[in-house]
Amino acid sequence: MTDLLALDKVSRAFGGLRVNENISFRLAPGDRVALIGPNGAGKTTLVNVISGGLPPTSGTLHLEGDDITRLGIPARVRRGLVRTFQVTRLFASLTAADNVALAIMQRKGLTRRFFSVATDMPDVRTEWEHLLGTLGIAHLARITVSQLAYGQQRLLELAIGLALNPKVLLLDEPAAGVPHDEAPKILEAIERLPADIAVLMIEHDMDLVFRFAKRVLVLANGRLIFEGTPQAVTADPDVRRAYLGSYADARRPA
Amino acid sequence: MTGLSTLAKTSDRAFPFAAELMGIVSIAALGVLGFLLFPDDLAFLTRLIGITLLVLSLDLVTGYCGVATLGHAALFGVSAYAVGNACIGGIREPILLLGVGIVAGTITGAISGALITRFRGLPQLVLSIAIGQLVAALANKLSSVTGGSDGLSGITPDPVLGLFRFDMYSRTAFVFSLVVLAVVFVLLLRFVRSPFGLLCRGIRDDDLRAQMIGAMVYPRLVIMYAVSGAVAGVGGALNAMTAGVVGLDSVSFERSAEVLVMLVLGGAGNLWGALFGSVVFQIFEHIVSATNPFHWMTLVGLLLIAIVLFAPRGLSHGVAVLWSKIFRRGGRA
Repeated sequence: MTDLLALDKVSRAFGGLRVNENISFRLAPGDRVALIGPNGAGKTTLVNVISGGLPPTSGTLHLEGDDITRLGIPARVRRGLVRTFQVTRLFASLTAADNVALAIMQRKGLTRRFFSVATDMPDVRTEWEHLLGTLGIAHLARITVSQLAYGQQRLLELAIGLALNPKVLLLDEPAAGVPHDEAPKILEAIERLPADIAVLMIEHDMDLVFRFAKRVLVLANGRLIFEGTPQAVTADPDVRRAYLGSYADARRPA
Repeated sequence: MTGLSTLAKTSDRAFPFAAELMGIVSIAALGVLGFLLFPDDLAFLTRLIGITLLVLSLDLVTGYCGVATLGHAALFGVSAYAVGNACIGGIREPILLLGVGIVAGTITGAISGALITRFRGLPQLVLSIAIGQLVAALANKLSSVTGGSDGLSGITPDPVLGLFRFDMYSRTAFVFSLVVLAVVFVLLLRFVRSPFGLLCRGIRDDDLRAQMIGAMVYPRLVIMYAVSGAVAGVGGALNAMTAGVVGLDSVSFERSAEVLVMLVLGGAGNLWGALFGSVVFQIFEHIVSATNPFHWMTLVGLLLIAIVLFAPRGLSHGVAVLWSKIFRRGGRA
Protein backbone atom coordinates (compact mmCIF):
# COMPACT_ATOMS: atom_id res chain seq x y z
CA MET A 1 0.00 0.00 0.00
CA THR A 2 1.57 3.24 -1.09
CA ASP A 3 -1.63 5.20 -0.55
CA LEU A 4 -1.50 7.47 2.42
CA LEU A 5 -5.16 8.38 2.37
CA ALA A 6 -7.78 6.49 0.43
CA LEU A 7 -11.45 7.44 0.08
CA ASP A 8 -13.73 4.78 -1.36
CA LYS A 9 -17.26 5.68 -2.45
CA VAL A 10 -17.69 8.14 0.38
CA SER A 11 -21.13 9.70 0.59
CA ARG A 12 -22.62 12.11 3.05
CA ALA A 13 -26.25 13.15 3.15
CA PHE A 14 -28.12 15.55 5.38
CA GLY A 15 -31.61 14.10 5.40
CA GLY A 16 -32.52 13.84 1.74
CA LEU A 17 -29.83 16.26 0.68
CA ARG A 18 -26.83 14.40 -0.74
CA VAL A 19 -23.90 16.73 -0.21
CA ASN A 20 -21.17 14.24 -1.13
CA GLU A 21 -21.84 11.30 -3.41
CA ASN A 22 -19.58 8.36 -4.17
CA ILE A 23 -16.34 10.18 -3.81
CA SER A 24 -13.18 8.14 -4.30
CA PHE A 25 -9.65 9.37 -4.56
CA ARG A 26 -6.18 8.65 -3.22
CA LEU A 27 -3.40 10.71 -1.75
CA ALA A 28 0.21 9.54 -1.76
CA PRO A 29 3.16 10.96 0.21
CA GLY A 30 4.37 14.21 -1.36
CA ASP A 31 1.09 14.86 -3.17
CA ARG A 32 0.01 18.43 -3.76
CA VAL A 33 -3.63 18.25 -4.63
CA ALA A 34 -6.17 21.06 -4.96
CA LEU A 35 -9.87 20.51 -4.43
CA ILE A 36 -11.92 23.06 -6.30
CA GLY A 37 -15.55 23.49 -7.19
CA PRO A 38 -18.31 26.06 -7.30
CA ASN A 39 -19.91 27.33 -4.11
CA GLY A 40 -22.11 24.73 -2.46
CA ALA A 41 -20.35 21.85 -4.22
CA GLY A 42 -19.74 20.12 -0.87
CA LYS A 43 -16.06 20.88 -0.39
CA THR A 44 -16.18 21.82 3.27
CA THR A 45 -18.45 18.86 4.04
CA LEU A 46 -15.90 16.59 2.40
CA VAL A 47 -13.11 18.05 4.55
CA ASN A 48 -15.26 17.51 7.63
CA VAL A 49 -15.88 13.90 6.63
CA ILE A 50 -12.17 13.31 6.07
CA SER A 51 -11.08 15.00 9.30
CA GLY A 52 -13.66 13.15 11.39
CA GLY A 53 -16.09 15.93 12.28
CA LEU A 54 -18.86 14.24 10.29
CA PRO A 55 -19.23 10.49 9.86
CA PRO A 56 -19.85 9.49 6.23
CA THR A 57 -23.31 8.11 5.44
CA SER A 58 -21.59 5.36 3.46
CA GLY A 59 -18.18 4.50 2.08
CA THR A 60 -14.82 4.02 3.79
CA LEU A 61 -11.69 5.99 4.57
CA HIS A 62 -8.27 4.42 5.00
CA LEU A 63 -5.14 6.03 6.35
CA GLU A 64 -1.95 4.08 5.63
CA GLY A 65 -4.10 1.02 5.02
CA ASP A 66 -5.99 1.25 8.34
CA ASP A 67 -9.73 1.78 8.31
CA ILE A 68 -10.37 5.15 9.99
CA THR A 69 -14.01 5.51 8.95
CA ARG A 70 -15.27 5.18 12.53
CA LEU A 71 -12.51 7.09 14.30
CA GLY A 72 -13.19 10.44 15.97
CA ILE A 73 -11.33 13.67 15.38
CA PRO A 74 -8.60 13.27 18.07
CA ALA A 75 -7.77 9.72 17.02
CA ARG A 76 -7.32 10.79 13.39
CA VAL A 77 -5.14 13.72 14.40
CA ARG A 78 -2.92 11.37 16.38
CA ARG A 79 -2.49 9.21 13.29
CA GLY A 80 -1.32 12.23 11.33
CA LEU A 81 -4.48 13.43 9.60
CA VAL A 82 -4.55 17.15 10.34
CA ARG A 83 -6.65 20.02 9.03
CA THR A 84 -6.75 23.78 9.20
CA PHE A 85 -9.95 25.75 9.25
CA GLN A 86 -11.51 28.07 6.70
CA VAL A 87 -12.22 30.54 9.47
CA THR A 88 -9.34 30.51 11.90
CA ARG A 89 -10.04 28.56 15.06
CA LEU A 90 -7.31 29.24 17.52
CA PHE A 91 -6.97 29.40 21.29
CA ALA A 92 -7.81 33.09 21.39
CA SER A 93 -6.75 33.91 24.94
CA LEU A 94 -3.39 32.14 24.71
CA THR A 95 -0.26 33.54 23.15
CA ALA A 96 0.90 32.46 19.69
CA ALA A 97 3.71 30.49 21.34
CA ASP A 98 1.33 28.71 23.71
CA ASN A 99 -0.96 27.78 20.81
CA VAL A 100 1.87 26.00 19.03
CA ALA A 101 3.40 24.66 22.24
CA LEU A 102 0.09 23.10 23.18
CA ALA A 103 -0.10 21.26 19.86
CA ILE A 104 3.46 20.02 20.33
CA MET A 105 2.83 18.90 23.91
CA GLN A 106 -0.37 17.15 22.90
CA ARG A 107 1.46 15.30 20.14
CA LYS A 108 4.18 14.22 22.55
CA GLY A 109 1.64 13.10 25.16
CA LEU A 110 2.87 15.69 27.63
CA THR A 111 -0.56 17.11 28.42
CA ARG A 112 -1.08 14.33 30.94
CA ARG A 113 1.50 16.04 33.13
CA PHE A 114 -0.03 17.85 36.05
CA PHE A 115 2.89 19.27 37.96
CA SER A 116 5.61 20.15 35.52
CA VAL A 117 5.53 23.72 34.32
CA ALA A 118 4.59 23.97 30.65
CA THR A 119 7.19 26.62 29.89
CA ASP A 120 10.04 24.65 31.46
CA MET A 121 10.31 22.24 28.54
CA PRO A 122 13.31 23.20 26.44
CA ASP A 123 12.66 20.78 23.58
CA VAL A 124 9.08 22.02 23.20
CA ARG A 125 10.35 25.56 23.21
CA THR A 126 13.01 24.86 20.59
CA GLU A 127 10.37 23.31 18.40
CA TRP A 128 7.85 26.17 18.52
CA GLU A 129 10.58 28.73 18.08
CA HIS A 130 11.68 26.88 14.98
CA LEU A 131 8.13 26.57 13.60
CA LEU A 132 7.22 30.21 14.19
CA GLY A 133 10.56 31.18 12.67
CA THR A 134 9.92 29.09 9.56
CA LEU A 135 6.62 30.87 9.03
CA GLY A 136 8.15 34.26 9.73
CA ILE A 137 6.08 35.02 12.82
CA ALA A 138 8.67 34.42 15.55
CA HIS A 139 8.36 38.03 16.66
CA LEU A 140 4.69 37.44 17.53
CA ALA A 141 5.35 34.57 19.94
CA ARG A 142 4.38 36.47 23.10
CA ILE A 143 1.30 38.14 21.67
CA THR A 144 -2.18 36.94 22.55
CA VAL A 145 -3.93 35.46 19.54
CA SER A 146 -6.97 37.73 19.80
CA GLN A 147 -4.63 40.67 19.14
CA LEU A 148 -3.07 39.21 15.99
CA ALA A 149 -4.01 40.37 12.50
CA TYR A 150 -6.04 37.94 10.42
CA GLY A 151 -3.20 37.05 8.08
CA GLN A 152 -0.97 36.35 11.07
CA GLN A 153 -3.64 34.09 12.53
CA ARG A 154 -3.74 32.11 9.29
CA LEU A 155 0.01 31.62 9.50
CA LEU A 156 -0.35 30.52 13.10
CA GLU A 157 -3.05 28.08 12.04
CA LEU A 158 -0.50 26.57 9.64
CA ALA A 159 2.11 26.46 12.39
CA ILE A 160 -0.26 24.48 14.63
CA GLY A 161 -1.00 22.10 11.78
CA LEU A 162 2.71 21.51 11.22
CA ALA A 163 3.38 21.15 14.95
CA LEU A 164 1.25 18.00 14.85
CA ASN A 165 3.69 16.32 12.42
CA PRO A 166 1.00 15.63 9.83
CA LYS A 167 1.21 12.94 7.20
CA VAL A 168 -1.84 14.36 5.49
CA LEU A 169 -2.60 18.05 5.78
CA LEU A 170 -5.98 19.42 4.73
CA LEU A 171 -5.92 23.16 4.12
CA ASP A 172 -9.36 24.71 3.97
CA GLU A 173 -8.94 27.93 1.96
CA PRO A 174 -5.69 28.94 3.64
CA ALA A 175 -5.58 32.34 1.93
CA ALA A 176 -9.24 33.28 2.31
CA GLY A 177 -9.76 36.69 3.84
CA VAL A 178 -6.05 37.42 4.02
CA PRO A 179 -5.14 40.99 2.99
CA HIS A 180 -3.27 41.24 -0.33
CA ASP A 181 0.04 42.27 1.14
CA GLU A 182 0.07 39.27 3.47
CA ALA A 183 -1.10 36.64 0.98
CA PRO A 184 2.40 36.02 -0.46
CA LYS A 185 3.62 34.96 2.99
CA ILE A 186 0.90 32.31 3.15
CA LEU A 187 1.80 31.10 -0.34
CA GLU A 188 5.44 30.97 0.56
CA ALA A 189 4.65 28.98 3.69
CA ILE A 190 2.54 26.53 1.73
CA GLU A 191 5.24 26.08 -0.87
CA ARG A 192 7.74 25.32 1.86
CA LEU A 193 5.66 22.62 3.53
CA PRO A 194 7.68 19.44 4.17
CA ALA A 195 8.04 17.53 0.92
CA ASP A 196 7.02 14.13 2.27
CA ILE A 197 3.55 15.06 3.52
CA ALA A 198 0.45 14.90 1.37
CA VAL A 199 -1.42 18.18 1.13
CA LEU A 200 -5.00 18.58 0.04
CA MET A 201 -5.97 22.20 -0.38
CA ILE A 202 -9.42 23.62 -0.92
CA GLU A 203 -9.10 26.87 -2.78
CA HIS A 204 -11.12 29.31 -4.87
CA ASP A 205 -8.20 31.34 -6.09
CA MET A 206 -7.17 29.69 -9.36
CA ASP A 207 -3.80 31.44 -9.43
CA LEU A 208 -2.95 29.78 -6.16
CA VAL A 209 -4.24 26.44 -7.40
CA PHE A 210 -2.05 26.58 -10.51
CA ARG A 211 0.97 27.57 -8.51
CA PHE A 212 0.53 24.92 -5.87
CA ALA A 213 -1.17 21.85 -7.27
CA LYS A 214 0.26 18.97 -9.28
CA ARG A 215 -3.20 17.44 -9.42
CA VAL A 216 -6.69 18.94 -9.26
CA LEU A 217 -9.95 17.44 -8.06
CA VAL A 218 -13.15 19.16 -9.10
CA LEU A 219 -16.28 18.75 -7.03
CA ALA A 220 -19.66 19.83 -8.41
CA ASN A 221 -23.06 19.07 -6.91
CA GLY A 222 -21.44 16.68 -4.47
CA ARG A 223 -19.74 14.54 -7.11
CA LEU A 224 -16.16 14.36 -8.21
CA ILE A 225 -16.37 15.32 -11.87
CA PHE A 226 -12.70 15.67 -12.71
CA GLU A 227 -9.30 14.46 -11.57
CA GLY A 228 -6.20 15.48 -13.49
CA THR A 229 -3.48 18.02 -14.03
CA PRO A 230 -4.06 21.76 -13.62
CA GLN A 231 -3.42 22.19 -17.34
CA ALA A 232 -6.17 19.73 -18.25
CA VAL A 233 -8.73 21.15 -15.85
CA THR A 234 -9.44 24.33 -17.78
CA ALA A 235 -9.98 22.43 -20.98
CA ASP A 236 -12.42 19.92 -19.50
CA PRO A 237 -15.96 20.48 -20.78
CA ASP A 238 -17.66 19.16 -17.60
CA VAL A 239 -15.65 21.50 -15.43
CA ARG A 240 -16.37 24.44 -17.70
CA ARG A 241 -20.06 23.66 -17.58
CA ALA A 242 -20.09 23.39 -13.79
CA TYR A 243 -18.24 26.66 -13.37
CA LEU A 244 -20.09 28.42 -16.16
CA GLY A 245 -23.35 27.54 -14.44
CA SER A 246 -22.23 29.05 -11.16
CA TYR A 247 -20.80 32.14 -12.78
CA ALA A 248 -23.99 32.61 -14.79
CA ASP A 249 -25.93 32.38 -11.50
CA ALA A 250 -23.62 34.80 -9.81
CA ARG A 251 -23.90 37.36 -12.58
CA ARG A 252 -27.66 37.25 -12.83
CA PRO A 253 -28.98 40.58 -11.55
CA ALA A 254 -30.78 40.35 -8.25
CA MET B 1 -4.60 38.42 30.94
CA THR B 2 -2.94 39.61 34.05
CA GLY B 3 0.76 39.37 34.46
CA LEU B 4 0.54 36.79 37.19
CA SER B 5 -1.37 34.25 35.17
CA THR B 6 0.55 34.55 31.94
CA LEU B 7 2.55 31.45 31.29
CA ALA B 8 5.20 33.18 29.31
CA LYS B 9 6.40 35.47 32.04
CA THR B 10 7.29 32.97 34.72
CA SER B 11 9.60 31.04 32.42
CA ASP B 12 11.78 34.06 31.94
CA ARG B 13 12.52 34.38 35.61
CA ALA B 14 15.83 33.14 36.81
CA PHE B 15 14.43 31.60 39.98
CA PRO B 16 12.43 28.47 39.19
CA PHE B 17 10.03 28.56 42.12
CA ALA B 18 9.31 32.30 42.07
CA ALA B 19 5.55 31.87 41.59
CA GLU B 20 5.29 29.28 44.34
CA LEU B 21 7.28 31.42 46.76
CA MET B 22 5.13 34.39 45.90
CA GLY B 23 2.06 32.28 46.73
CA ILE B 24 3.37 31.31 50.17
CA VAL B 25 4.47 34.85 51.00
CA SER B 26 1.16 36.32 49.88
CA ILE B 27 -0.92 33.91 51.92
CA ALA B 28 1.28 34.38 54.97
CA ALA B 29 0.95 38.14 54.55
CA LEU B 30 -2.82 37.89 54.18
CA GLY B 31 -2.89 35.74 57.30
CA VAL B 32 -0.92 38.26 59.34
CA LEU B 33 -3.04 41.11 58.00
CA GLY B 34 -6.20 39.21 58.85
CA PHE B 35 -4.93 38.51 62.34
CA LEU B 36 -4.12 42.21 62.88
CA LEU B 37 -7.50 43.36 61.52
CA PHE B 38 -9.70 40.79 63.23
CA PRO B 39 -7.75 39.48 66.28
CA ASP B 40 -10.98 38.68 68.08
CA ASP B 41 -12.72 37.09 65.18
CA LEU B 42 -10.47 34.27 64.06
CA ALA B 43 -13.54 32.08 63.57
CA PHE B 44 -14.62 34.41 60.78
CA LEU B 45 -11.18 34.23 59.14
CA THR B 46 -11.19 30.45 59.44
CA ARG B 47 -14.57 30.29 57.72
CA LEU B 48 -13.26 32.66 55.07
CA ILE B 49 -10.40 30.29 54.32
CA GLY B 50 -12.77 27.35 53.82
CA ILE B 51 -14.86 29.36 51.37
CA THR B 52 -11.72 30.60 49.62
CA LEU B 53 -10.84 26.99 48.84
CA LEU B 54 -14.27 26.59 47.29
CA VAL B 55 -13.73 29.71 45.16
CA LEU B 56 -10.35 28.34 44.02
CA SER B 57 -12.04 25.06 43.23
CA LEU B 58 -14.69 26.86 41.17
CA ASP B 59 -12.00 28.79 39.33
CA LEU B 60 -10.52 25.51 38.08
CA VAL B 61 -13.70 24.53 36.24
CA THR B 62 -15.24 27.92 35.48
CA GLY B 63 -12.18 30.08 35.00
CA TYR B 64 -9.80 27.57 33.44
CA CYS B 65 -12.25 25.31 31.58
CA GLY B 66 -15.14 27.67 30.89
CA VAL B 67 -17.70 25.39 32.56
CA ALA B 68 -20.66 27.40 33.82
CA THR B 69 -21.87 26.07 37.15
CA LEU B 70 -24.21 27.24 39.88
CA GLY B 71 -24.05 24.04 41.87
CA HIS B 72 -20.50 24.01 43.09
CA ALA B 73 -21.40 24.07 46.78
CA ALA B 74 -22.45 20.43 46.36
CA LEU B 75 -18.79 19.38 46.23
CA PHE B 76 -18.02 21.41 49.33
CA GLY B 77 -21.07 20.25 51.27
CA VAL B 78 -20.81 16.55 50.50
CA SER B 79 -17.20 16.58 51.72
CA ALA B 80 -18.13 18.51 54.84
CA TYR B 81 -20.84 15.94 55.67
CA ALA B 82 -18.46 13.08 54.91
CA VAL B 83 -15.81 14.52 57.21
CA GLY B 84 -18.39 15.22 59.91
CA ASN B 85 -19.63 11.66 59.82
CA ALA B 86 -16.11 10.23 59.73
CA CYS B 87 -15.19 12.28 62.78
CA ILE B 88 -18.29 11.27 64.70
CA GLY B 89 -17.60 7.70 63.59
CA GLY B 90 -14.18 7.73 65.23
CA ILE B 91 -11.66 9.07 62.72
CA ARG B 92 -10.47 12.10 64.64
CA GLU B 93 -7.01 12.72 63.27
CA PRO B 94 -7.23 16.09 61.40
CA ILE B 95 -4.85 15.18 58.56
CA LEU B 96 -6.73 11.94 58.02
CA LEU B 97 -10.00 13.88 58.02
CA LEU B 98 -8.61 16.18 55.34
CA GLY B 99 -7.95 13.02 53.34
CA VAL B 100 -11.57 11.95 53.84
CA GLY B 101 -12.68 15.34 52.54
CA ILE B 102 -10.41 15.09 49.51
CA VAL B 103 -11.67 11.62 48.63
CA ALA B 104 -15.32 12.61 49.06
CA GLY B 105 -14.79 15.80 47.04
CA THR B 106 -12.93 13.99 44.27
CA ILE B 107 -15.65 11.39 43.89
CA THR B 108 -18.45 13.98 43.95
CA GLY B 109 -16.48 16.13 41.51
CA ALA B 110 -15.90 13.26 39.10
CA ILE B 111 -19.56 12.25 39.14
CA SER B 112 -21.02 15.73 38.73
CA GLY B 113 -18.31 16.62 36.22
CA ALA B 114 -19.13 13.55 34.16
CA LEU B 115 -22.71 14.81 33.91
CA ILE B 116 -22.18 18.55 33.63
CA THR B 117 -19.36 18.62 31.08
CA ARG B 118 -21.39 16.51 28.64
CA PHE B 119 -23.29 19.69 27.85
CA ARG B 120 -22.52 23.27 26.89
CA GLY B 121 -24.03 26.66 27.57
CA LEU B 122 -27.43 27.03 29.19
CA PRO B 123 -28.23 23.29 29.46
CA GLN B 124 -24.94 22.94 31.33
CA LEU B 125 -25.83 25.74 33.72
CA VAL B 126 -29.29 24.35 34.38
CA LEU B 127 -27.90 20.87 34.95
CA SER B 128 -25.40 22.23 37.46
CA ILE B 129 -28.23 23.94 39.36
CA ALA B 130 -30.24 20.71 39.27
CA ILE B 131 -27.34 18.72 40.73
CA GLY B 132 -26.83 21.33 43.42
CA GLN B 133 -30.51 21.30 44.32
CA LEU B 134 -30.58 17.51 44.34
CA VAL B 135 -27.72 17.38 46.80
CA ALA B 136 -29.34 20.08 48.93
CA ALA B 137 -32.63 18.18 48.97
CA LEU B 138 -30.85 14.96 49.94
CA ALA B 139 -28.99 16.75 52.71
CA ASN B 140 -32.31 17.92 54.05
CA LYS B 141 -34.07 14.54 53.79
CA LEU B 142 -31.33 12.14 54.89
CA SER B 143 -31.36 13.49 58.41
CA SER B 144 -29.84 10.31 59.86
CA VAL B 145 -26.62 11.13 57.97
CA THR B 146 -26.76 14.92 57.80
CA GLY B 147 -28.79 15.96 60.79
CA GLY B 148 -31.29 17.53 58.41
CA SER B 149 -32.17 21.13 59.15
CA ASP B 150 -30.60 20.92 62.61
CA GLY B 151 -27.24 20.24 61.04
CA LEU B 152 -24.62 17.68 61.91
CA SER B 153 -23.01 18.54 65.22
CA GLY B 154 -20.55 17.04 67.68
CA ILE B 155 -17.58 17.08 65.31
CA THR B 156 -14.57 17.17 67.63
CA PRO B 157 -11.30 16.32 65.91
CA ASP B 158 -8.12 15.46 67.82
CA PRO B 159 -5.34 18.02 68.25
CA VAL B 160 -3.42 18.80 65.06
CA LEU B 161 -0.27 16.62 64.91
CA GLY B 162 -1.23 15.52 68.41
CA LEU B 163 -0.02 18.88 69.75
CA PHE B 164 -2.37 21.73 68.94
CA ARG B 165 -5.85 21.43 70.39
CA PHE B 166 -8.73 23.16 68.55
CA ASP B 167 -9.36 25.99 71.03
CA MET B 168 -12.42 28.16 71.58
CA TYR B 169 -10.64 31.23 70.17
CA SER B 170 -10.08 29.37 66.89
CA ARG B 171 -6.33 30.03 67.02
CA THR B 172 -5.41 26.50 66.05
CA ALA B 173 -8.22 26.36 63.52
CA PHE B 174 -7.04 29.58 61.91
CA VAL B 175 -3.37 28.66 61.65
CA PHE B 176 -4.14 25.12 60.55
CA SER B 177 -6.52 26.38 57.84
CA LEU B 178 -4.03 29.00 56.69
CA VAL B 179 -1.27 26.43 56.32
CA VAL B 180 -3.56 24.09 54.40
CA LEU B 181 -4.64 26.95 52.13
CA ALA B 182 -1.01 27.87 51.46
CA VAL B 183 -0.15 24.28 50.54
CA VAL B 184 -3.17 23.90 48.26
CA PHE B 185 -2.60 27.29 46.65
CA VAL B 186 1.03 26.54 45.85
CA LEU B 187 0.15 23.14 44.40
CA LEU B 188 -2.54 24.76 42.27
CA LEU B 189 -0.21 27.51 41.07
CA ARG B 190 1.94 24.76 39.68
CA PHE B 191 -0.96 22.69 38.43
CA VAL B 192 -2.50 25.47 36.32
CA ARG B 193 0.83 26.13 34.62
CA SER B 194 1.25 22.48 33.69
CA PRO B 195 0.69 21.24 30.15
CA PHE B 196 -2.61 19.84 31.41
CA GLY B 197 -3.64 23.26 32.73
CA LEU B 198 -2.68 24.87 29.44
CA LEU B 199 -4.76 22.33 27.56
CA CYS B 200 -7.75 23.12 29.76
CA ARG B 201 -7.42 26.79 28.90
CA GLY B 202 -7.27 25.78 25.24
CA ILE B 203 -10.46 23.74 25.64
CA ARG B 204 -12.13 26.76 27.21
CA ASP B 205 -11.20 28.89 24.20
CA ASP B 206 -12.31 26.42 21.53
CA ASP B 207 -13.00 22.78 22.17
CA LEU B 208 -13.18 21.82 18.48
CA ARG B 209 -9.71 23.27 18.02
CA ALA B 210 -8.57 21.23 21.02
CA GLN B 211 -9.87 18.08 19.36
CA MET B 212 -8.10 19.14 16.18
CA ILE B 213 -4.77 19.01 17.96
CA GLY B 214 -5.66 15.49 19.04
CA ALA B 215 -6.99 16.11 22.54
CA MET B 216 -9.86 14.15 24.04
CA VAL B 217 -11.88 16.98 25.51
CA TYR B 218 -14.45 15.22 27.67
CA PRO B 219 -12.09 13.09 29.81
CA ARG B 220 -9.90 16.12 30.42
CA LEU B 221 -12.84 18.12 31.70
CA VAL B 222 -13.91 15.27 33.98
CA ILE B 223 -10.37 15.03 35.39
CA MET B 224 -10.34 18.76 36.00
CA TYR B 225 -13.70 18.49 37.72
CA ALA B 226 -12.34 15.75 39.97
CA VAL B 227 -9.35 17.93 40.89
CA SER B 228 -11.72 20.79 41.53
CA GLY B 229 -13.73 18.44 43.75
CA ALA B 230 -10.59 17.57 45.72
CA VAL B 231 -9.93 21.26 46.39
CA ALA B 232 -13.55 21.89 47.35
CA GLY B 233 -13.24 18.80 49.55
CA VAL B 234 -10.33 20.35 51.44
CA GLY B 235 -12.48 23.44 52.02
CA GLY B 236 -15.43 21.34 53.18
CA ALA B 237 -13.21 19.30 55.50
CA LEU B 238 -11.70 22.43 57.08
CA ASN B 239 -15.15 23.91 57.48
CA ALA B 240 -16.50 20.82 59.22
CA MET B 241 -13.49 20.40 61.51
CA THR B 242 -13.08 24.01 62.53
CA ALA B 243 -16.76 24.88 62.93
CA GLY B 244 -17.66 21.59 64.59
CA VAL B 245 -21.00 21.60 62.80
CA VAL B 246 -22.15 21.16 59.22
CA GLY B 247 -25.41 22.84 58.24
CA LEU B 248 -27.60 22.92 55.17
CA ASP B 249 -26.03 26.25 54.20
CA SER B 250 -22.91 24.38 53.10
CA VAL B 251 -24.79 22.78 50.18
CA SER B 252 -27.15 25.68 49.50
CA PHE B 253 -27.79 27.41 46.19
CA GLU B 254 -26.87 30.71 47.86
CA ARG B 255 -23.41 29.33 48.63
CA SER B 256 -22.93 28.28 45.01
CA ALA B 257 -24.07 31.65 43.70
CA GLU B 258 -22.01 33.58 46.22
CA VAL B 259 -18.75 31.84 45.32
CA LEU B 260 -19.42 32.48 41.65
CA VAL B 261 -19.88 36.17 42.45
CA MET B 262 -16.61 36.18 44.41
CA LEU B 263 -14.82 34.55 41.50
CA VAL B 264 -16.12 37.00 38.94
CA LEU B 265 -15.35 39.84 41.32
CA GLY B 266 -11.73 38.76 41.65
CA GLY B 267 -11.25 37.65 38.06
CA ALA B 268 -11.97 34.16 36.73
CA GLY B 269 -9.24 32.17 35.03
CA ASN B 270 -6.65 33.34 37.49
CA LEU B 271 -5.93 31.82 40.91
CA TRP B 272 -4.89 35.17 42.33
CA GLY B 273 -8.19 36.60 41.18
CA ALA B 274 -10.06 33.82 42.95
CA LEU B 275 -8.01 34.38 46.12
CA PHE B 276 -8.46 38.14 46.25
CA GLY B 277 -12.09 38.05 45.14
CA SER B 278 -12.90 35.71 47.98
CA VAL B 279 -10.97 37.68 50.60
CA VAL B 280 -12.24 41.11 49.51
CA PHE B 281 -15.87 40.04 49.19
CA GLN B 282 -16.03 38.27 52.52
CA ILE B 283 -14.24 40.98 54.47
CA PHE B 284 -16.43 43.63 52.88
CA GLU B 285 -19.52 41.59 53.68
CA HIS B 286 -18.32 41.01 57.24
CA ILE B 287 -17.63 44.68 57.97
CA VAL B 288 -20.71 46.04 56.23
CA SER B 289 -23.08 43.53 57.78
CA ALA B 290 -21.74 44.39 61.22
CA THR B 291 -21.96 48.17 60.80
CA ASN B 292 -25.25 48.25 58.94
CA PRO B 293 -27.28 45.09 59.53
CA PHE B 294 -30.29 46.43 57.60
CA HIS B 295 -28.82 47.63 54.36
CA TRP B 296 -25.70 45.50 54.02
CA MET B 297 -26.97 43.49 51.09
CA THR B 298 -27.68 46.74 49.25
CA LEU B 299 -24.13 47.86 49.81
CA VAL B 300 -22.72 44.54 48.65
CA GLY B 301 -24.87 44.89 45.53
CA LEU B 302 -23.55 48.39 44.90
CA LEU B 303 -19.96 47.19 45.31
CA LEU B 304 -20.55 44.49 42.72
CA ILE B 305 -22.11 46.91 40.25
CA ALA B 306 -19.17 49.28 40.70
CA ILE B 307 -16.66 46.51 40.07
CA VAL B 308 -18.48 45.19 37.02
CA LEU B 309 -18.58 48.75 35.62
CA PHE B 310 -15.00 49.71 36.34
CA ALA B 311 -13.16 46.39 36.26
CA PRO B 312 -15.33 44.05 34.18
CA ARG B 313 -12.61 41.40 34.06
CA GLY B 314 -12.30 41.32 37.82
CA LEU B 315 -10.33 43.02 40.53
CA SER B 316 -7.08 41.21 39.80
CA HIS B 317 -7.13 42.35 36.19
CA GLY B 318 -8.06 45.91 37.13
CA VAL B 319 -5.22 46.06 39.64
CA ALA B 320 -2.77 44.60 37.10
CA VAL B 321 -3.74 47.22 34.52
CA LEU B 322 -3.45 50.01 37.05
CA TRP B 323 -0.11 48.66 38.21
CA SER B 324 1.33 48.50 34.70
CA LYS B 325 0.15 52.06 34.02
CA ILE B 326 1.82 53.41 37.14
CA PHE B 327 4.90 51.33 36.48
CA ARG B 328 5.19 52.56 32.90
CA ARG B 329 4.81 56.20 33.93
CA GLY B 330 7.46 55.71 36.58
CA GLY B 331 9.75 54.19 33.97
CA ARG B 332 9.44 57.16 31.63
CA ALA B 333 10.03 59.84 34.22
